[in-house]
Parts: sequence; C-alpha cells; structure tokens
Amino acid sequence: MKTFDLSSASVREFNQALHDQAKQLEEREWRVSNSGGKHNLAVGVNQPLDIVIDGHAGYYCAGMNQQANITVHGNVGVGVAENMMSGSVRVKGSASQAAGATAHGGLLVIEGDAGARCGISMKGVDIVVGGNIGHMSCFMGRAGRLVVCGDAGDALGDSLYETVIYVKGSVKSLGADCIEKEMRAEHIEELRVLLDKAGFDVDPASFKRYGSARQLYNFKVDNASAY
Amino acid sequence: MCGIVGLYLKNPALESQLGKLFEPMLQAMTDRGPDSAGFAIYGDEVGAGWIKLTLQSTASDFDWTALMGALEGALGCSLDWFQNANAAVLKVNAAEAAVRAALAELAPGLRIMSVGQSIEILKGMGLPEEISSRFSLAKMKGSHIIGHTRMATESAVTMEGSHPFSTGMDLCLVHNGSLSNHFRLRQELRRHGIEFETENDTEVAAGYLTWRLRQGDNLKQALDHALEDLDGFYTFAIGTRDGFAVIRDPVACKPAILAETDDYVAMASEYQALASLPGIEKAKVWEPEPATMYIWERKSA
Repeated sequence: MKTFDLSSASVREFNQALHDQAKQLEEREWRVSNSGGKHNLAVGVNQPLDIVIDGHAGYYCAGMNQQANITVHGNVGVGVAENMMSGSVRVKGSASQAAGATAHGGLLVIEGDAGARCGISMKGVDIVVGGNIGHMSCFMGRAGRLVVCGDAGDALGDSLYETVIYVKGSVKSLGADCIEKEMRAEHIEELRVLLDKAGFDVDPASFKRYGSARQLYNFKVDNASAY
Repeated sequence: MCGIVGLYLKNPALESQLGKLFEPMLQAMTDRGPDSAGFAIYGDEVGAGWIKLTLQSTASDFDWTALMGALEGALGCSLDWFQNANAAVLKVNAAEAAVRAALAELAPGLRIMSVGQSIEILKGMGLPEEISSRFSLAKMKGSHIIGHTRMATESAVTMEGSHPFSTGMDLCLVHNGSLSNHFRLRQELRRHGIEFETENDTEVAAGYLTWRLRQGDNLKQALDHALEDLDGFYTFAIGTRDGFAVIRDPVACKPAILAETDDYVAMASEYQALASLPGIEKAKVWEPEPATMYIWERKSA
C-alpha cells in the first residue's frame, strides 16, 4: 500500500502520482492522510485503484473518476464525483452541494446527508444517500437512479428527463414535471439490488418512486402565448 | 467570491487564544479573497456609560496623541485609548453623538469603523496575512470574532469597501455573494435617513439591518425581513455583542460550513478554514440550511 501525507505533499503532487501510477499499475492501494478539506483530491483517476482518504475533503473530490474505488472517511465539499464515468465513490460522512453532478456512470454512496442539487443533471450514475438531500436535487436528471433513505428538499426532480428517483422519507415538494409513480415488483427488485450494492439494510418496499411526467420534453404550441 | 469565517468561544478558558486560533482560519481563505481582509473582534468590554470606538486613518503617521488630547478637552470627560498600526481604539465616557460630532470637527478625514461596548473592527487592503500581521491578530483576546477575505465583484477594492461593515452599536456584517437590488435599495434607505459612504452592495445590506433595527426589529426579525427584501446571493455572518449569527439566501448558492464542539462554534466558507482548530476531528460538522437562521449567543449577564 502506498501512503501519502498531505500535510507535507501538495495536492498536485498527489494527483500526479495517482496519474503516473495509473499508467504503470504497480500499486493498487493508496491511503491519504491529513486531507484537511483540500480541494480536487483524487481527480481524473482512470485506472482501477483503491484510494482511501482519511479525513474531510474539499470541492470536486473524485471528480471525473473512471474505474477507481474511492472512499472518504469524512465529509466532502461541493461537487463530489462530478462527472464520474465509472468506478465507485463512498463518502462516510456528508456531502455538500451538487454531489454526483452530471455523472455518467459508476456508483456514488453518501452515508450521511447530501446538500442542495444532489445529482443535478445526472446522466447515468447511481447515487445512494443514507440521509437527506437538499433542494433542487436531480434537476434535469437525464438517466441513472437516485436513492434517498431520508427526506428530500424542495423542488425534487425539476424538469426531469429519465432519471428514476426513489425516496423513503418525505418529499418537501416536487419540481415541475416530476410525479410520483407506481412502485411495481420490478422496481422493488431493482432497488433491492442497489441498496445491497450500497450496503444499506433498508426495506426497498418502503420507498416511493418518482419520475418524469414527460410533459416538458417538447415545446407545446398551446404555451406560445406565455413567451 | 469571498471568504467568511467566524469563531465563537463557548469555553471562556480559550479567550486568551482567540486571535491565535482565528488567524489561520482567516489566512486559509486567502484563495477566496486576496484583495482585502478584515475582522470584528469582541471582548474587553467597557463599563456602563462608556463606549468604545475603532478609528482608522489613511495616514500611517497620523498624530493620535494630539487628537486624543484635543478630544479630551472638547468632550470634557475621561478617555482611554491605544494605537494599533493605522487604527486606534478609543474608550470614552460620553454619548456616541457627542463623540462623533467632536471627531467630525477635530479630524474630518478619520473613519469610524465601529462603535459599541465590545466590538473592534480592523480591516484594510491586501492579503489576509498582511492584515492579520499589521494588526497583530494572533495576540488578540476576546469572546468571539468574525472575519472576511474579499474578492471584489460589485465595487472597487478600497479600505472602505472592505468588510466587516458596522451596522450599529456592537453589530457588524460580513458577506459572501452579491446583491442585485442594492442600487434601488440604497436610494430607498437614504430616504429613511441611512447614510452610505461607498457604492458597495454589502454596505447596503448593513444599512438595511441598521434601518430595521432602528424600526424596532430584534436581530431575528431584521434578518427575516432581509430574506424578503434583499435580492441576490448571500451568505452573511453577523456579529453581535453576545455572539454571532449565520444566514444563507433561499437558493443557497454561496457556501457555508459550521462546526461545533464543547469549546467553540466555528463557521467558514470552506472546511479548509476550520481544519486548524483543536478537536475539529471530533466536532459536529454540518452545512447550514438555506433561508434558516443560526444564532449563538451567550446569556446576557
């Protein structure tokens, strides 16, 4: 295992070492100490490395991740796993705003709460949140699944495309064109697999499903007078 | 972009270290605000009937001794003062209006940064590191402190445009964000008799709170009104004589993070600024909700 102490090394040195390592793949396991809330940790990794960050991370942690499994033993700032393509990111604490924004693939697990705009414009990632999520989450979500074991804030799924949202707790309000949908057997099964993968022991039948009413996909000529 | 930081001590045993604990917090926000910096520190309260003013001169060789002598004569009361770089803290046994009138006559160019029983505001242009060393922040004692590092967006980089802004006796405001209706609001507030010295948007928010408090609002009511009337992005930290408050706009575009232990409550724009605090690994750390007020105040004696 390779260890890195960010009280003496810079973030740039750390990220460069990860990228160099990714080419050679000699050391799969990495452990980082004294992260101190620094921004841009483990960004742009594109090999199946296992990276553990001991402490809080700042903005854009694990951004653009491909293939790597990244675990943060702490909280993360804005934009964790932003635009992730594959692999997995697990946050043991809570996440700030825009967690998993625009991510195309992989699995993002947040064991605590996520702030506003969780999964904004998500394009295929699976996001599982153990606690609550903030307002405007999943805004314009294109694809993928967002699972919330706690409550959701205002305007959930506003202008939603085809992301499927599962919420166990309450939803403060739904955004435009987001509606509650029937929870059928195939959804309970799909959710069971996701919760298992994320390591949460929660009954999938206790969730509600939300999705797009598909009324905002195309411009309606009846609305022309509104412009 | 700007950085804001605040530290409120629950444990009085730490009061002698307030400046030392706070200096790295302010400096950690240099990336968010390298243009100017400042802080409002609370402590060293003056007794009943006395007030404390922080005065700042643009001239580094300003003759404070001469001014204080003249002021003592003009006011005919006892006063106490000390100099700190290009600022001076004045403690005087007189009414605020009388002191302001005397200062306006004796030293019209001088700026009154704060008035109260506890508050001292020190600020200026330059990197946070320059400001904190200029005023020897690390040696300061007190019960709580809020600070700001500025990256200017809405108005020029000047000492006057630096935060914190005084909003009345022992009250001040720091701001991360930008207000979009400050021009109109400034005109309205001028009609209500609020004076402004700059084109700065935060000064308008400060003036707004001053006006609301004058109308009889308490701090909570004034902030409730601010949520209605201020249009734009903001995270505010507000210093009061007994503590501090934090509030974010309903959209919550501007960041904020809070941390609490048995010893202190701390707030910052980013966690990085909290990383140097003792016991932070075990602190409760969370993000404040939008349009929600967080207030910590010690019980009044």
